[in-house]
Amino acid sequence: MAYRKTVASLVAAAALMGTSAASYAATDITWWHAMGGKLGEVVNQISTDYNASQDACSLTPVYKGGYEDTLTAGIAAFRAGEQPNIIQVFDAGAATIIGAKGAVEPVEDLLKANGVPFDIEDYIAGVRYFYADSDGKMIGMPFNSSAPILYINDDAMKKAGVEAPKTYEEFEAIAPKLKEAGYIPLVQSHLPWEFVENFKSRHDLQFATNNNGYDGATGTELVFGEPIKNHFTAAKKWLDEGLFGYYGTGWGDNQQPFNEGKVALWIGSSGSFGGIADTVDFPFSATFLPYWDAVEGANTASFIGGAALFAMSGKSDEENKCAASFFEYLTSPEVQYMWHRETGYVPVTEAAYELAKKDGHYERTPAAEVGIQQLSLPAGEWTKGYRMGFYVQIRDVMNRELGKVFSGETSVEDAFATIKADGDKLLSRFAKTIDN
Amino acid sequence: MWRACPGNRKARYVVRGEAMKKVQFNTPAIPYLLLFPQIAIVAVFFLWPAAEAVRSSFYLEDPFGFGSTFVGFDNFIDTVTSTNYARVARFTGVFTFLVTVLSLGAALLLAVKADKVLRGASSYKTLLMWVYAVAPPVAGLIGILLFDQHVGPIVKFVAMFGWHMQIGVDYYDTAFAMIIASVWKQIPVNFIFFLSGLQGISKSVQEAASIDCRSGFRRFWTVTFPLLAPTGFFLLIINITYALFDTFGIIDVVLKTEPGNNPVTLVYKVYLDGFRGNDLGGSSAQSVLLMLVVFILTIIQFRLIERRVHYT
Repeated sequence: MAYRKTVASLVAAAALMGTSAASYAATDITWWHAMGGKLGEVVNQISTDYNASQDACSLTPVYKGGYEDTLTAGIAAFRAGEQPNIIQVFDAGAATIIGAKGAVEPVEDLLKANGVPFDIEDYIAGVRYFYADSDGKMIGMPFNSSAPILYINDDAMKKAGVEAPKTYEEFEAIAPKLKEAGYIPLVQSHLPWEFVENFKSRHDLQFATNNNGYDGATGTELVFGEPIKNHFTAAKKWLDEGLFGYYGTGWGDNQQPFNEGKVALWIGSSGSFGGIADTVDFPFSATFLPYWDAVEGANTASFIGGAALFAMSGKSDEENKCAASFFEYLTSPEVQYMWHRETGYVPVTEAAYELAKKDGHYERTPAAEVGIQQLSLPAGEWTKGYRMGFYVQIRDVMNRELGKVFSGETSVEDAFATIKADGDKLLSRFAKTIDN
Repeated sequence: MWRACPGNRKARYVVRGEAMKKVQFNTPAIPYLLLFPQIAIVAVFFLWPAAEAVRSSFYLEDPFGFGSTFVGFDNFIDTVTSTNYARVARFTGVFTFLVTVLSLGAALLLAVKADKVLRGASSYKTLLMWVYAVAPPVAGLIGILLFDQHVGPIVKFVAMFGWHMQIGVDYYDTAFAMIIASVWKQIPVNFIFFLSGLQGISKSVQEAASIDCRSGFRRFWTVTFPLLAPTGFFLLIINITYALFDTFGIIDVVLKTEPGNNPVTLVYKVYLDGFRGNDLGGSSAQSVLLMLVVFILTIIQFRLIERRVHYT
């Protein structure tokens, strides 16, 4: 860990030295993000373009490691009074940073105070309220938004003579044929996100009390009904029959067999699109995350995954003005379209989506549109999102217990009982940290 | 009379050192002055953080530091009553025991054999020692490559014997990989110390013993091993500490920071809850418990075990 941080800080220091010379009059602002590799290059490109587009502000992006590392670094810096102006925080960390009253300037307030026009209706429906408070005020600016979608190995479909499934019932019908054709029929890549959270959203099922946690941390408890237990009972059966593959908690371990052409259907992120297109040597397509037709009211929009940008508090007015100006730049249709095109993350505004359509992006690459279409499906009562604290640990509990289900160490019923017990305990502990 | 094969009675060879000369400073200030840097370092890097950990273990605090609630012993109660904590503690015990025993045992065997090598001794020793220079995360990385569930050569090898090894999916397979990587990383340190310990045993004692006793195996247990005891005791402490704390890097790389349904040690759990989950109170309570464990362990080691060890 330590060596990675050292390298990261050396790179950051070098980046700071490189930019400070060029920008004395401009106000310097920093942006801590968690976008590595190809995504990091696009982030750097956006920052360079932004700095070139105006003279008043100079933005320095700093890569701080993974999502958890970035949030932890931001917290440590905040306590030391050295927080960055803008920090990228992922979905599971949203409750932590929003719950800490006074850690951030709500993005809606920040934009309005600095004369940037803001209308929450400009944002596409699926991303609008995930990082908002219970009154619908936007706190964090949705940045890299993704949806879990089903990637399809077209060769496998052809070989087995089947069509890609829309529902899990259809999957059950075709899975034996895919297996016969020599493929592992289905693999997922992130159990909490794809099989729990978005199982809830795709079936419009309540995830937690207190309006999925948005109405306050005190008394929030997880809700697990029959549908999700049935789903895991089915998944365990598929696993035992060789119709489903499970390779642990690591994302890459589960993606690799699909990339190698061994897997027929893989549930990944809409943001995985660019990477897959570069890697695989078979034709592939994508469709919506499947749902159980048997569950009434299913086929609703999914939650957004990914992360949002937060403006941290305790900064001068000039710096806040620059943060607002960067947010304005970032949400402009051209920049959003570029981000969408280069990375596969969905554009966050309607205008950017229109621009991508007009440009013919989806005629060239139809799979790129699946994510945003899924987020634009009819909303339900429970599809807005969820807000739960210590959520990283709750996800760890899910991974642990659901992993035990797949390895046969526990039953589905017991696993969800433990997830609820441990999760509720974490939620009530979190409530004590903020509601006092 | 020297008896290296004393039947049922065990003989001890104790070489007494010269009585220590008494040395004293002229002014009482100088020793304190000389000690000051060390004490300052201990205070800043251990006492202060430790006190901070004890303080925050009694609070539930929002990570950004806006609010904190005094919760008494709730953090400790939540920790020890959690079923997962018991599971993690059990694994830590087993892990520490196995890593210590295996790495000490393997290193001792290698050192005894290396001590007897006459030709090419230095290249043989270098080959055994080089792993010492490998950083723990790198050791973990090499381990993860060897044990990778898709391409790892070890996984492919054991598959020939029908063992479907899946690191990261199967709890015991992951534990196996962690233990192997940790032992592999620690053997060279132990080897170096054991070898120098062996070379410190005087030739005359060894010759006398070999006149008395023909069985090399018994000679080892009655003469060499007791004389190695101080080294062994030192290494025992070092290895327990290593298995408890320094294996963090290996575990982190094997798990790719996603614990899932995999074994973790108590130290790694402190990291997961505190730095990944931002639960400062719970994490502090766990580290205070860990501090107590180390404290008790230290007392046991020095009170009970050291009495049986003779320093030359």
